[in-house]
Amino acid sequence: MSEMRYEAPTTLAAAVVLLSETMGSARVLAGGTDLLIQMRAGRISPELLIDIKGIPEMTSILVENGCYRVGAAVTGMQLIEHEAFAKEWPGVIDGVKLIGSIQVKGRATLGGNLCNASPAADSVPALIAAGAVVSIIGPAGGREVAVETIATGPGRTSLARGEIVTSILLPRRTPYCGDAYLRFTPRTEMDIAVVGAGVSLTLDEQGFCRQARVALGAVAERALLVPEAAAALIGTRVDAAALERLAAAARAASRPIDDKRATREFRLKIAGVMAHRAAEIALERARRRN
Amino acid sequence: MSTMIKYEEKELKVVGTRPRRPDGVDKVTGRARYGADYKLPGQLIGKVLRSPHAHARIKSIDTSEAEALPGVKAVVTRDDFPDLAVEYAAAGELTINFHDVTRNMMAREKVLYDGHPVAAVAATCESIARAALKLIKVEYEVLPHVIDVVAAMQPDAPLLHEEQYTEGVKPRPEKPSNIAKRLEFKLGDVEAGFLLADVIIEREFNTKPVHQGYIEPQACLASYTEDGQAELWTSTQGHFVFRAQCAKLLQMDISKIRVTPTEIGGGFGGKNNIYNEPLAIALSRKSHRPVKMVMTREEVFRATGPTSGGNVKVKLGATKDGKITAAQAELSFQAGAYPGSSVSPASMCAFTRYDLQNVLVVGFDVTCNRPKVAAYRAPGAPIAVFGVESVIDEMAKKLGLDPIAFRLKNAARAGTQTYYGVKFGPIGYVETLEAARAHPHYSVPLGPNQGRGIATGFWFNIGNETSATLNINEDGTVTLMLGTIDVAGGSRAAMAMMVAEELGIAFDRVRPHIGDTSSLGFNFITAGSRGTFSSGMASVVAAREAIAKLRARVARIREVPLEAVVWQDGQARPAEASPHQFVPMSLADIAKVAGKTGGTIAGHAEINAQGAGPGFGTHIVDVEVDRQTGAIKILRYTVVQDVGRAIHPAYVEGQLQGGAVQGIGWALNEEYVYGADGILANPGFLDYRIPVASDLPFIDTVIVEVPNPNHPYGVRGCGEVPIIAPLAAIANAVENATGIRFCELPMSPPRVLHAMDKAAGKE
Repeated sequence: MSEMRYEAPTTLAAAVVLLSETMGSARVLAGGTDLLIQMRAGRISPELLIDIKGIPEMTSILVENGCYRVGAAVTGMQLIEHEAFAKEWPGVIDGVKLIGSIQVKGRATLGGNLCNASPAADSVPALIAAGAVVSIIGPAGGREVAVETIATGPGRTSLARGEIVTSILLPRRTPYCGDAYLRFTPRTEMDIAVVGAGVSLTLDEQGFCRQARVALGAVAERALLVPEAAAALIGTRVDAAALERLAAAARAASRPIDDKRATREFRLKIAGVMAHRAAEIALERARRRN
Repeated sequence: MSTMIKYEEKELKVVGTRPRRPDGVDKVTGRARYGADYKLPGQLIGKVLRSPHAHARIKSIDTSEAEALPGVKAVVTRDDFPDLAVEYAAAGELTINFHDVTRNMMAREKVLYDGHPVAAVAATCESIARAALKLIKVEYEVLPHVIDVVAAMQPDAPLLHEEQYTEGVKPRPEKPSNIAKRLEFKLGDVEAGFLLADVIIEREFNTKPVHQGYIEPQACLASYTEDGQAELWTSTQGHFVFRAQCAKLLQMDISKIRVTPTEIGGGFGGKNNIYNEPLAIALSRKSHRPVKMVMTREEVFRATGPTSGGNVKVKLGATKDGKITAAQAELSFQAGAYPGSSVSPASMCAFTRYDLQNVLVVGFDVTCNRPKVAAYRAPGAPIAVFGVESVIDEMAKKLGLDPIAFRLKNAARAGTQTYYGVKFGPIGYVETLEAARAHPHYSVPLGPNQGRGIATGFWFNIGNETSATLNINEDGTVTLMLGTIDVAGGSRAAMAMMVAEELGIAFDRVRPHIGDTSSLGFNFITAGSRGTFSSGMASVVAAREAIAKLRARVARIREVPLEAVVWQDGQARPAEASPHQFVPMSLADIAKVAGKTGGTIAGHAEINAQGAGPGFGTHIVDVEVDRQTGAIKILRYTVVQDVGRAIHPAYVEGQLQGGAVQGIGWALNEEYVYGADGILANPGFLDYRIPVASDLPFIDTVIVEVPNPNHPYGVRGCGEVPIIAPLAAIANAVENATGIRFCELPMSPPRVLHAMDKAAGKE
């Protein structure tokens, strides 16, 4: 019987050394809410688990120049209970709140949700819409990339061997901005997105949309940034016609599959509905925020 | 001899109150021991190798490499179990056949579904056991498979059993078939009845198999000794029946097996059947070590019983003034890998809520490449009633009648002759319909995209063999030993309440326990809503026997004739106006001197309880349909049910709510998804969607009490009726909201949206 090794480094440098020097299969363990299930189901059997929860940079929520930097091993509940963050980024919180149960959110982390690379991950479309930037450390040093470039397909990421996501940086908030995430599931909780939509937008003082980002989950092999959908809003008052164009653009950008959770036909219809409804919530939040 | 005790109206002190259940504290503090909580020194872990094919012939099984793996202590296959001939036995509401039970426990000639056991291993730890499974080489000849019932009935369908010729057809068919049995129930002349009808409606319905969805996976621990004795701890609804089945499958004497039932984390009929238990005993016998086997959730879905999916055809005729003239149905049920679906009780329940002159119900029991079905809460009735109550609703609408008024016009009452045989005694169907009509829910206004539905359900309820023992302890407290499982509904509280009522003592002076198979006479499985009815009757018999002994003891101590002693308010007292007056003795007084005056006092019952009372329920549901997504929200739900008498009303309400919730899941989202390869694609709670709390409103309940005349406290049984009506009630509400009648379950968002878009001409 092969044995499994467990390490809990306390510095980023030590984690990188462990991850890059292991000859066999190694996996980063954050909350473990996806990893342990995959191990139990026999889908993976890593020889080394590197628990990153003992690394201070990975577990803290910091404010840098008015921007939030969230450690990759910050749990869902930590974020939800951070009142100031939740006020700034209600859409990101919408997404985090939908991950599993309260117990699962007590373990599950933002970095784990991202690096597990499920196309249906609930926090990811909201982070993409938010324009989040991811900090990565690896054997060759650090780098920063847009959050939408991390996942490349189901269970696959753009991280190189030995690289770890350390934190996620969200941009500074301005007046009249709002974000929202909405998903469709047959059940109200404890479910997985059939379609998810994240929308972040900024209005000017006259109520015209100046900036917007729209992202869709579970309609392709990874969460998609949909600039055409955002373009449908920019320059408008986010009126009914603009929202209709947004929904059409969301449908057009989707390339879903038929699977046990829904048909392609259903997902295409719902992608438009979710984008439309998420935009309405983001708009309402932006109007209230000055 | 069967036992029936007549209902007596009397003043009640304990029955009808809501004390805290005896198992409650252990359950909320985590002390309660479920199947997986039992451990023995030196125990091994057992795991099962399962078929990766829906249908295949087993050409060979080679376990040599697995046996050679260090840490593996035993491997068993079909060769470790004797083949058994066709022999039928009762197991809950369904009948089993040992020829099939042994094959379902461990495949012999063929594997018949994805997940069918092929071998089992016991090893020193789970990871070694899993590694050993991978070393077992099974050579299969893969055969074509068939998953759905209508496809399985076709003459050219892949055949599961080459020797299966449809029973109930004359002359005997020339070719074997997946249709195991045809059955028929008939009253009057339906053809003549349809000629009298002004309106005839004919519809066809399809439902998917659904799982019982108990939270606790099957778990057991077995220890076989060198002198041929076996002990078994298992999560079961019937430890005596499990004992008998293990004895048969392993060719052991019943006396040599002792089964202790653990606390059970839900069963709903799904724990009426053995799965791993004989394997664990056989592995223990071979390894000389205790063996523990706990199923994973995936194994629960792949290999334990769902209930049938069904195809239901209904034809109903009625006159313009709302009288049903003829009712006809054809039910085709998936039995899974082996015959024995719930099509028979389903056929008997289809139209039984109505007083009808002309009825014809034909049922087909059909084998297909899925796990063998198990009972599920009112087995089969929800499937048949989904079709029938949908057509009843449509008929009421067509006739311009209120749906409750239409049902009342045709309702079964005391004296109604059913088409399956019995003539009803006192029943409470009309009372539930009237209570539903009077309930504020029935008249509250609806908003846009909202609809209201009504449907009703009937279930037989059963009695059967039951034993109980009641020991008067030295301090006058009472230990009550029961043999029906408290299937988590709180039935042991109800039994303790009836005993406290009989003895005239406080509820907390009676401590109920579920005994193992060596502590009591035989008890039939806890099924058919029989727990509180039959064990309640046995507990009353035992209490009355103890009272008789207590009176006799006091007569002897006080030196008075027996008839001078009465039992009242927990005391032996002189009978009023008796010339023999004496100082009364309480239960504690008698217990204190019992040892010195003739020995300890106990009461026993070994009965076959008869006279179970039929149960009826009427459900009201409001839904809201999201026209853009097809999502259905349950806004409000009310269950009205005649339970005879609610011993503990809170636990009765819990049964009514739980049944409704399981029915809501069945109606809206639950379904097995099979790939074209015959492999189950959703063996887990993520993609097999039972409702969660936030999907549901508070389920309101109205308890109607029309006492069962054949039970000392009027109990009918209440656990199964509430799952029957929800499917149709919700479909009727959705029709009311959208104008679209759904004849396919589940009414999942993709299906609902597709239907609405089609109706609106968008597709």
